[in-house]
Amino acid sequence: MADMYSKEVMDHFMNPRNVGEIKDASGVGEKGNPTCGDIMRMFIKVGKKPSSGGQGMEEVIEDIKFQTFGCGAAVATSSMITEMVIGKTLEEAEKISNNQVAEALGGLPPIKMHCSNLAADALHDAIENYKKSK
Amino acid sequence: MDSIYLDNAATTPVSDSVLSAMQPYFSEKFGNPSSIYKIGQKAKSTLENSREEAAKLLGASPKEIIFTSGATESNNLALKGVAFHWSQNLGIKPHIIISSIEHHSILDTAEYLEKSFGFELTKLPVSEEGIVNPRELEKVIKENTVIVSIMYGNNEVGSIQPIQELSQIIKKANEKRENKIVFHTDAVQAYQYLDCDVQDLGVDMLSLTAHKFYGPKGVGLLYVKSGTKFLPQQQGGAQERRQRAGTENVPYIVGMVEAMKNAKKTGKEIADLRDYLIERVTKEIPDVILTGPQIGENRLPHIASFIFQKIEGESILINLDLLGIAASSGSACTSGSLASSHVLTAMGYDDLLAHGSIRFSLGKMNSRDDIDEMMKHLPQIVEKLRGMSPIK
Repeated sequence: MADMYSKEVMDHFMNPRNVGEIKDASGVGEKGNPTCGDIMRMFIKVGKKPSSGGQGMEEVIEDIKFQTFGCGAAVATSSMITEMVIGKTLEEAEKISNNQVAEALGGLPPIKMHCSNLAADALHDAIENYKKSK
Repeated sequence: MDSIYLDNAATTPVSDSVLSAMQPYFSEKFGNPSSIYKIGQKAKSTLENSREEAAKLLGASPKEIIFTSGATESNNLALKGVAFHWSQNLGIKPHIIISSIEHHSILDTAEYLEKSFGFELTKLPVSEEGIVNPRELEKVIKENTVIVSIMYGNNEVGSIQPIQELSQIIKKANEKRENKIVFHTDAVQAYQYLDCDVQDLGVDMLSLTAHKFYGPKGVGLLYVKSGTKFLPQQQGGAQERRQRAGTENVPYIVGMVEAMKNAKKTGKEIADLRDYLIERVTKEIPDVILTGPQIGENRLPHIASFIFQKIEGESILINLDLLGIAASSGSACTSGSLASSHVLTAMGYDDLLAHGSIRFSLGKMNSRDDIDEMMKHLPQIVEKLRGMSPIK
């Protein structure tokens, strides 16, 4: 069973990065479906840094944590996306797609592409939640 | 560490005696039973001897045994064969009754007949323990009911169905019917542990596959009580009394019958081991539900399945797999579909709980050491995954 996943997936599954919750999160997002057996929750802490253009400030993801109920792919995609977006601007983070996460993991088994590849959606949900609450 | 195999309900290794019984029939005694010369006729007599032995072990007569490629074929042949006989030969729209916890080879076949041919299908509910109530069957039998198919022992939760009681209800319904309802049972998980004498059970059809009891994969049988009408589903030759075309798989049939002979029909030792497993898992891990009947006579001796609340089955299995421990999950992620186990949802568990199920199934190679080794790791795995879960 472990053999159906790439080395990267197994690494992120067995040693997930940024597991947990952020108590005073700027935004919380959740995606998933109990029927499919995957639920992902993302907590983001948004901060400001001088924008790369040198003019004004832009909003960045200072910290991110996740909690996931799900299979190996669900856990690995959650873990992977936290590594991909730390320090990124909200605009950059919004552009990351589920497929990019899967690619960064060296691919997922086809059956998992739909059911468990929702980490980007959960992140986008958290960003939206933050923007609404501003 | 050696690997620990706790998935005997999925398949079992071929035993030494089975393998050596099969050996001569590959290259040495390779004849085709339909050929008229000596080596063909020798193969024919081996085949018929095997049939006789299989029949004897089931309390049947040899002409009631059809050898197949396994239980999936047997189950397909039973449902389709009977239903199509009614629709094509009698012009009646068939009504099929199954339980809601059947193996996919019954469930999917019945749903295919419903969707593609417009046949009627009723799925009987089960109790929380995964057992069909015979009263429920009584209620749903209709004029056009053609076949009732209820498995003997469930493969996911190990619940044993009241086959004899169900048979009585069908017999009673049949008293005043011209076209008799056929009663079929899928006895795949039950054969090696429970009485499978077809007279005792009172069934008209029974499916078996060899690889669940130390025989080879790819061979099974369908018992069909004489006088039971069905349409063969495979055309091409006169084999199996014109009921199943195709050259008979002599070495595998010999292997299956050897495995049938070896089946002990008692699960005392395995049941003790299962109870030890159940005790340790439920005592040492919090928030665990033993699914299916409680320990006792309604549970197959080799199956123990659990729901580990707040976590998902596959993630547990991968952790066990990395340690060389093989078990399986009712969780569909692994079986290639996304829905949660139809068995557990039929028993009343919600989707989230159903996704947290793990089945351990024991076999003759297992010992307490295997359970002890597994229990060195399982509590920690569960704790680690719960620490990651958004469900509190």
